[in-house]
Amino acid sequence: MDFTEDQIQRYSRHIILQDVGVEGQERINKGKVLIVGAGGLGAPVALYLAAAGVGTIGIIDGDVVDLSNLQRQVIHFTPDVNKAKVLSAKEKINQLNPDVKVITYHDFLTAANAFEIIKDYDFVVDGTDNFPVKFLINDACVQAGKPFSHGGILRFEGQTITVLPGTACYRCVFHSPPPPNAVPTCSQAGVLGAIAGMLGTIQAAEVLKYMTGVGDLLTNRLLTFNAKTMEFRTIKVKHNHRCAVCGDHPTITELIDYEQATCEIKSKH
Amino acid sequence: MIIEITIKMAKIQVNGNEQELEVPISLIDLIKKNDVAQPEMVSVQVNGEFLPRENFNSTLIYDGDEVDFLYFMGGGSI
Repeated sequence: MDFTEDQIQRYSRHIILQDVGVEGQERINKGKVLIVGAGGLGAPVALYLAAAGVGTIGIIDGDVVDLSNLQRQVIHFTPDVNKAKVLSAKEKINQLNPDVKVITYHDFLTAANAFEIIKDYDFVVDGTDNFPVKFLINDACVQAGKPFSHGGILRFEGQTITVLPGTACYRCVFHSPPPPNAVPTCSQAGVLGAIAGMLGTIQAAEVLKYMTGVGDLLTNRLLTFNAKTMEFRTIKVKHNHRCAVCGDHPTITELIDYEQATCEIKSKH
Repeated sequence: MIIEITIKMAKIQVNGNEQELEVPISLIDLIKKNDVAQPEMVSVQVNGEFLPRENFNSTLIYDGDEVDFLYFMGGGSI
């Protein structure tokens, strides 16, 4: 890949980083990342990956922009209300960086389409708001050997882990989804808007580290923070031999569409 | 006559913070003591190993043990 002068200028702050350089930037420009959910987490992830020059960004989300999204979903602007989130996100990415090819899926990720969609990407980012899809992303990525970043936020807290083939997966930590409505979502319990940016940018940094091979990924470690105290903690977690999807005797061999909480379905417009 | 009562106090780590309490203590009692919200959904790691839920009742925590309570965190998109 030969960079144009504009590209050298655009990516100069990466290129002068000793750990990244021209070679690392080339890897970023060739990278393909799927972002599941163009919401609170997906917005900062998409913006930072676009700015970084990730070659292909796929975005899947079946929702449209709601006025209540704008408090934290910084890729969507006031005139985007009622527009498909994937379209709104694509427009901003195109304006931010024309080097990026954006592929949109105005749909939700399901057991039926997950493998077909993730297969074209190097890395998957979980920016979803519900447990059924978080477990679906985990199971699909683990079974397809696809690296991914799990992220969750609620109220003042955030949680993230990076999963590569063979490292502890989301299901190693959390055995199965909580029953519908047992654990509140952001739409039910609220979330401080900036928390989405804090967690999303951690996920974006993990993607860029993965692509450039820089540093140590957040594998086998669950990062949690609470913005009330601004305390961050990484908890070492081990691959769980009893894990239903990646343990010694996996019982999950195909993808599952878990039941969604009823209030979540209602809020899907 | 002097009756000696020995209460064995011990230090354990709960989510990275030291707690001093009597040991052994059952995991279920430790969950109660820490006011774990929705204990039926917490994931528990003791000394780096995840415990199956069915072992919560029978697991005892001793001096120096490290216990992590991990909670679901769902939001992101909507």
